[in-house]
Amino acid sequence: MLRPSVSVLLFAALALGSFLVFRYSSTRTVKAESIRPASERKPAPDFALKDADGRTVHLSDYRGKVVLLDFWATWCGPCRMEIPWFIEMQRENKDRGFEVLGVSMDDNGWEDVKPFLAEMQVNYRIVIGNDRTAEVYGGVESLPTTFLIDREGRIAVVHVGLTSRKDIQDGVEQLLQAGSKVDIDRSMVSALSLRTR
Amino acid sequence: MTVEPGFHVNSNAPSEDYLIPLKVAWTSKGALEGGDVVYPRASSEKYEFSDKPLSVFTGTFEIAANFKVAAGAPAGPGMAAGKLSYQACNARMCFPPAKVDISVPYQVD
Repeated sequence: MLRPSVSVLLFAALALGSFLVFRYSSTRTVKAESIRPASERKPAPDFALKDADGRTVHLSDYRGKVVLLDFWATWCGPCRMEIPWFIEMQRENKDRGFEVLGVSMDDNGWEDVKPFLAEMQVNYRIVIGNDRTAEVYGGVESLPTTFLIDREGRIAVVHVGLTSRKDIQDGVEQLLQAGSKVDIDRSMVSALSLRTR
Repeated sequence: MTVEPGFHVNSNAPSEDYLIPLKVAWTSKGALEGGDVVYPRASSEKYEFSDKPLSVFTGTFEIAANFKVAAGAPAGPGMAAGKLSYQACNARMCFPPAKVDISVPYQVD
Protein backbone atom coordinates (compact mmCIF):
# COMPACT_ATOMS: atom_id res chain seq x y z
CA MET A 1 0.00 0.00 0.00
CA LEU A 2 1.35 3.41 -0.86
CA ARG A 3 1.29 5.72 2.13
CA PRO A 4 0.03 9.26 1.44
CA SER A 5 3.53 10.57 1.55
CA VAL A 6 6.45 8.44 0.64
CA SER A 7 10.05 8.81 -0.20
CA VAL A 8 11.11 6.69 -3.03
CA LEU A 9 14.64 5.63 -3.34
CA LEU A 10 15.32 5.98 -6.98
CA PHE A 11 18.26 3.75 -6.53
CA ALA A 12 15.93 0.86 -5.76
CA ALA A 13 13.20 1.80 -8.20
CA LEU A 14 15.39 2.60 -11.12
CA ALA A 15 17.11 -0.74 -11.32
CA LEU A 16 19.63 1.10 -13.37
CA GLY A 17 22.60 0.09 -11.39
CA SER A 18 24.39 -0.79 -14.55
CA PHE A 19 23.52 2.20 -16.68
CA LEU A 20 26.44 4.18 -15.43
CA VAL A 21 28.85 1.31 -15.78
CA PHE A 22 30.68 2.53 -18.77
CA ARG A 23 32.24 0.41 -21.38
CA TYR A 24 35.13 2.78 -21.62
CA SER A 25 38.33 1.96 -19.85
CA SER A 26 39.58 4.88 -17.81
CA THR A 27 42.17 3.58 -15.47
CA ARG A 28 44.69 2.33 -17.98
CA THR A 29 47.76 4.44 -18.51
CA VAL A 30 47.76 5.70 -22.07
CA LYS A 31 51.03 6.10 -23.86
CA ALA A 32 51.11 9.08 -26.18
CA GLU A 33 50.42 8.14 -29.76
CA SER A 34 53.25 8.44 -32.26
CA ILE A 35 53.17 9.98 -35.71
CA ARG A 36 52.44 7.23 -38.20
CA PRO A 37 54.83 6.67 -41.11
CA ALA A 38 53.53 8.44 -44.21
CA SER A 39 52.83 5.14 -45.95
CA GLU A 40 50.44 4.11 -43.16
CA ARG A 41 48.37 7.29 -43.03
CA LYS A 42 44.78 7.21 -44.21
CA PRO A 43 43.04 10.21 -45.82
CA ALA A 44 41.22 12.47 -43.39
CA PRO A 45 37.53 12.46 -44.39
CA ASP A 46 36.35 15.72 -45.89
CA PHE A 47 33.39 17.57 -44.42
CA ALA A 48 31.33 20.73 -45.00
CA LEU A 49 30.49 22.50 -41.74
CA LYS A 50 29.57 26.08 -40.87
CA ASP A 51 31.85 28.47 -39.01
CA ALA A 52 30.83 31.33 -36.70
CA ASP A 53 30.22 33.63 -39.68
CA GLY A 54 27.97 31.12 -41.41
CA ARG A 55 30.57 30.26 -44.02
CA THR A 56 30.97 26.65 -45.11
CA VAL A 57 34.33 25.15 -44.23
CA HIS A 58 35.71 22.09 -45.98
CA LEU A 59 38.71 20.21 -44.60
CA SER A 60 39.95 20.02 -48.20
CA ASP A 61 40.32 23.83 -48.12
CA TYR A 62 43.38 23.20 -45.95
CA ARG A 63 45.25 20.91 -48.32
CA GLY A 64 48.93 21.84 -48.30
CA LYS A 65 48.81 22.81 -44.63
CA VAL A 66 49.36 20.84 -41.44
CA VAL A 67 46.04 20.78 -39.61
CA LEU A 68 45.27 20.15 -35.96
CA LEU A 69 41.63 19.04 -36.01
CA ASP A 70 40.21 19.22 -32.50
CA PHE A 71 36.85 17.70 -31.52
CA TRP A 72 35.78 19.45 -28.31
CA ALA A 73 32.85 20.92 -26.36
CA THR A 74 32.34 23.82 -23.97
CA TRP A 75 31.26 21.41 -21.22
CA CYS A 76 34.46 19.38 -21.49
CA GLY A 77 37.05 20.30 -18.86
CA PRO A 78 40.01 18.52 -20.49
CA CYS A 79 39.13 20.23 -23.80
CA ARG A 80 39.19 23.64 -22.13
CA MET A 81 42.65 22.89 -20.77
CA GLU A 82 44.04 22.16 -24.25
CA ILE A 83 42.50 25.09 -26.10
CA PRO A 84 44.93 27.75 -24.79
CA TRP A 85 47.76 25.53 -26.06
CA PHE A 86 46.15 25.43 -29.49
CA ILE A 87 45.72 29.20 -29.48
CA GLU A 88 49.44 29.57 -28.92
CA MET A 89 50.34 26.93 -31.52
CA GLN A 90 48.15 28.75 -34.06
CA ARG A 91 49.86 32.05 -33.31
CA GLU A 92 53.38 30.61 -33.45
CA ASN A 93 53.01 28.43 -36.54
CA LYS A 94 50.45 30.10 -38.76
CA ASP A 95 53.14 31.44 -41.11
CA ARG A 96 54.65 27.98 -41.47
CA GLY A 97 51.56 26.49 -43.07
CA PHE A 98 49.77 25.32 -39.91
CA GLU A 99 46.14 25.72 -38.94
CA VAL A 100 44.04 24.66 -35.98
CA LEU A 101 40.45 23.79 -36.78
CA GLY A 102 38.07 23.16 -33.89
CA VAL A 103 34.93 21.05 -34.26
CA SER A 104 32.50 21.80 -31.46
CA MET A 105 30.18 19.00 -30.44
CA ASP A 106 27.98 21.27 -28.32
CA ASP A 107 24.30 20.32 -28.73
CA ASN A 108 23.32 23.97 -28.16
CA GLY A 109 25.60 25.07 -30.98
CA TRP A 110 26.62 28.73 -31.29
CA GLU A 111 24.47 29.73 -28.32
CA ASP A 112 27.06 28.12 -26.05
CA VAL A 113 30.09 28.27 -28.31
CA LYS A 114 30.23 31.94 -29.33
CA PRO A 115 30.46 33.30 -25.77
CA PHE A 116 33.22 30.78 -25.05
CA LEU A 117 35.19 31.83 -28.15
CA ALA A 118 34.95 35.47 -27.10
CA GLU A 119 35.96 34.72 -23.52
CA MET A 120 38.96 32.61 -24.54
CA GLN A 121 39.89 34.81 -27.52
CA VAL A 122 40.17 31.81 -29.76
CA ASN A 123 42.21 32.78 -32.82
CA TYR A 124 41.40 29.84 -35.04
CA ARG A 125 38.36 28.67 -36.93
CA ILE A 126 35.62 26.77 -35.15
CA VAL A 127 32.83 24.85 -36.83
CA ILE A 128 29.84 23.08 -35.30
CA GLY A 129 30.09 19.34 -35.78
CA ASN A 130 27.40 16.72 -35.92
CA ASP A 131 26.94 12.96 -35.55
CA ARG A 132 27.81 12.39 -39.21
CA THR A 133 31.17 14.14 -38.81
CA ALA A 134 31.97 12.11 -35.72
CA GLU A 135 30.97 8.94 -37.53
CA VAL A 136 33.23 9.47 -40.54
CA TYR A 137 36.10 10.12 -38.16
CA GLY A 138 35.71 6.66 -36.69
CA GLY A 139 33.10 7.56 -34.11
CA VAL A 140 34.36 10.28 -31.80
CA GLU A 141 33.13 8.76 -28.54
CA SER A 142 34.93 11.00 -26.11
CA LEU A 143 36.33 14.49 -26.02
CA PRO A 144 38.83 15.87 -26.64
CA THR A 145 39.82 13.86 -29.68
CA THR A 146 42.59 15.49 -31.69
CA PHE A 147 43.73 14.58 -35.18
CA LEU A 148 47.01 15.80 -36.66
CA ILE A 149 46.66 15.92 -40.44
CA ASP A 150 49.62 16.22 -42.79
CA ARG A 151 49.93 18.51 -45.80
CA GLU A 152 48.60 15.77 -48.06
CA GLY A 153 45.39 15.57 -46.04
CA ARG A 154 46.25 12.30 -44.28
CA ILE A 155 45.76 11.50 -40.60
CA ALA A 156 49.20 11.26 -39.02
CA VAL A 157 48.13 10.70 -35.42
CA VAL A 158 45.01 10.64 -33.23
CA HIS A 159 45.07 11.67 -29.59
CA VAL A 160 42.07 10.55 -27.55
CA GLY A 161 41.67 12.44 -24.29
CA LEU A 162 43.85 15.04 -22.62
CA THR A 163 47.35 14.73 -24.05
CA SER A 164 50.54 16.42 -23.00
CA ARG A 165 51.22 19.72 -24.66
CA LYS A 166 54.71 18.55 -25.57
CA ASP A 167 53.44 15.44 -27.36
CA ILE A 168 51.07 17.49 -29.49
CA GLN A 169 53.69 20.17 -30.22
CA ASP A 170 56.29 17.56 -31.13
CA GLY A 171 53.85 15.99 -33.57
CA VAL A 172 53.00 19.33 -35.14
CA GLU A 173 56.68 20.19 -35.48
CA GLN A 174 57.44 16.84 -37.05
CA LEU A 175 54.77 17.34 -39.69
CA LEU A 176 55.78 20.95 -40.34
CA GLN A 177 59.39 19.94 -40.83
CA ALA A 178 58.40 17.09 -43.12
CA GLY A 179 56.86 19.67 -45.40
CA SER A 180 59.94 21.90 -45.10
CA LYS A 181 62.23 18.98 -45.92
CA VAL A 182 60.33 18.37 -49.15
CA ASP A 183 60.71 22.02 -50.07
CA ILE A 184 64.44 21.92 -49.33
CA ASP A 185 64.85 18.76 -51.39
CA ARG A 186 63.06 20.37 -54.32
CA SER A 187 65.22 23.47 -54.17
CA MET A 188 68.34 21.32 -54.09
CA VAL A 189 67.18 19.45 -57.18
CA SER A 190 66.60 22.77 -58.94
CA ALA A 191 70.07 23.99 -57.91
CA LEU A 192 71.67 20.78 -59.19
CA SER A 193 69.79 21.05 -62.46
CA LEU A 194 71.11 24.59 -62.98
CA ARG A 195 74.67 23.54 -62.15
CA THR A 196 74.74 20.68 -64.65
CA ARG A 197 73.70 22.85 -67.58
CA MET B 1 23.46 4.30 -9.00
CA THR B 2 26.97 3.22 -9.58
CA VAL B 3 29.75 5.05 -11.36
CA GLU B 4 32.76 2.91 -12.14
CA PRO B 5 36.06 3.66 -10.43
CA GLY B 6 38.01 6.33 -12.27
CA PHE B 7 34.90 8.04 -13.58
CA HIS B 8 32.70 10.78 -12.18
CA VAL B 9 29.48 12.54 -13.07
CA ASN B 10 28.90 16.19 -12.35
CA SER B 11 26.68 16.68 -9.30
CA ASN B 12 23.29 18.38 -9.42
CA ALA B 13 25.10 21.61 -8.49
CA PRO B 14 28.38 21.69 -10.43
CA SER B 15 31.10 24.10 -9.39
CA GLU B 16 31.36 25.69 -12.84
CA ASP B 17 28.59 27.20 -14.97
CA TYR B 18 29.71 25.37 -18.07
CA LEU B 19 29.36 21.92 -16.53
CA ILE B 20 26.24 19.88 -17.20
CA PRO B 21 24.49 18.90 -13.96
CA LEU B 22 22.96 15.57 -13.04
CA LYS B 23 19.23 16.11 -12.93
CA VAL B 24 16.00 14.20 -12.48
CA ALA B 25 12.94 15.60 -14.24
CA TRP B 26 9.51 13.99 -14.00
CA THR B 27 7.48 13.75 -17.20
CA SER B 28 4.43 12.14 -15.63
CA LYS B 29 3.48 11.39 -12.05
CA GLY B 30 0.28 9.46 -12.45
CA ALA B 31 -1.70 9.60 -9.22
CA LEU B 32 1.23 11.07 -7.32
CA GLU B 33 2.04 14.64 -6.44
CA GLY B 34 5.28 16.29 -5.51
CA GLY B 35 8.32 14.32 -6.47
CA ASP B 36 10.86 16.71 -5.04
CA VAL B 37 14.23 15.13 -5.65
CA VAL B 38 16.73 14.69 -2.87
CA TYR B 39 20.23 14.43 -4.26
CA PRO B 40 23.10 12.93 -2.28
CA ARG B 41 25.93 14.93 -0.87
CA ALA B 42 28.52 15.59 -3.55
CA SER B 43 32.25 15.09 -3.32
CA SER B 44 34.72 17.83 -4.06
CA GLU B 45 37.41 16.39 -6.30
CA LYS B 46 40.40 18.04 -7.94
CA TYR B 47 41.34 17.02 -11.47
CA GLU B 48 44.31 17.97 -13.61
CA PHE B 49 42.11 19.69 -16.15
CA SER B 50 40.39 21.99 -13.68
CA ASP B 51 41.79 24.92 -11.73
CA LYS B 52 39.49 24.25 -8.81
CA PRO B 53 37.85 21.15 -7.29
CA LEU B 54 34.70 19.97 -8.98
CA SER B 55 31.43 18.97 -7.34
CA VAL B 56 30.87 15.38 -8.46
CA PHE B 57 29.22 12.09 -7.66
CA THR B 58 31.37 9.01 -7.68
CA GLY B 59 30.99 5.39 -6.68
CA THR B 60 27.57 4.23 -5.51
CA PHE B 61 24.99 6.78 -4.46
CA GLU B 62 21.25 7.12 -4.00
CA ILE B 63 18.80 9.67 -5.30
CA ALA B 64 15.42 9.89 -3.58
CA ALA B 65 12.13 11.56 -4.47
CA ASN B 66 9.28 12.57 -2.15
CA PHE B 67 5.79 11.91 -3.47
CA LYS B 68 2.34 11.91 -1.97
CA VAL B 69 -0.80 10.37 -3.28
CA ALA B 70 -3.16 12.91 -4.80
CA ALA B 71 -6.51 13.34 -3.13
CA GLY B 72 -9.12 11.19 -4.78
CA ALA B 73 -6.54 9.07 -6.55
CA PRO B 74 -8.07 5.85 -7.80
CA ALA B 75 -6.90 2.61 -6.32
CA GLY B 76 -4.64 0.50 -8.42
CA PRO B 77 -1.20 0.42 -9.91
CA GLY B 78 0.50 3.32 -11.54
CA MET B 79 3.81 4.58 -12.75
CA ALA B 80 5.64 7.85 -12.38
CA ALA B 81 8.06 8.44 -15.23
CA GLY B 82 10.87 10.82 -15.89
CA LYS B 83 14.34 11.32 -17.21
CA LEU B 84 17.71 11.29 -15.56
CA SER B 85 20.27 13.42 -17.36
CA TYR B 86 23.97 13.34 -16.60
CA GLN B 87 27.38 13.93 -18.07
CA ALA B 88 30.44 11.89 -17.15
CA CYS B 89 34.19 12.22 -17.42
CA ASN B 90 37.31 10.54 -16.19
CA ALA B 91 40.62 12.23 -15.46
CA ARG B 92 41.45 12.71 -19.16
CA MET B 93 38.30 12.77 -21.22
CA CYS B 94 34.60 13.51 -21.19
CA PHE B 95 31.67 11.65 -22.64
CA PRO B 96 28.58 13.08 -24.30
CA PRO B 97 25.67 14.18 -22.10
CA ALA B 98 23.16 11.37 -21.70
CA LYS B 99 19.52 10.94 -20.74
CA VAL B 100 17.95 7.76 -19.50
CA ASP B 101 14.34 6.96 -18.83
CA ILE B 102 13.38 6.30 -15.23
CA SER B 103 10.17 4.92 -13.81
CA VAL B 104 8.70 4.49 -10.35
CA PRO B 105 5.94 1.91 -10.08
CA TYR B 106 3.46 2.32 -7.24
CA GLN B 107 0.26 0.80 -5.98
CA VAL B 108 -2.58 2.85 -4.43
CA ASP B 109 -4.77 0.77 -2.20
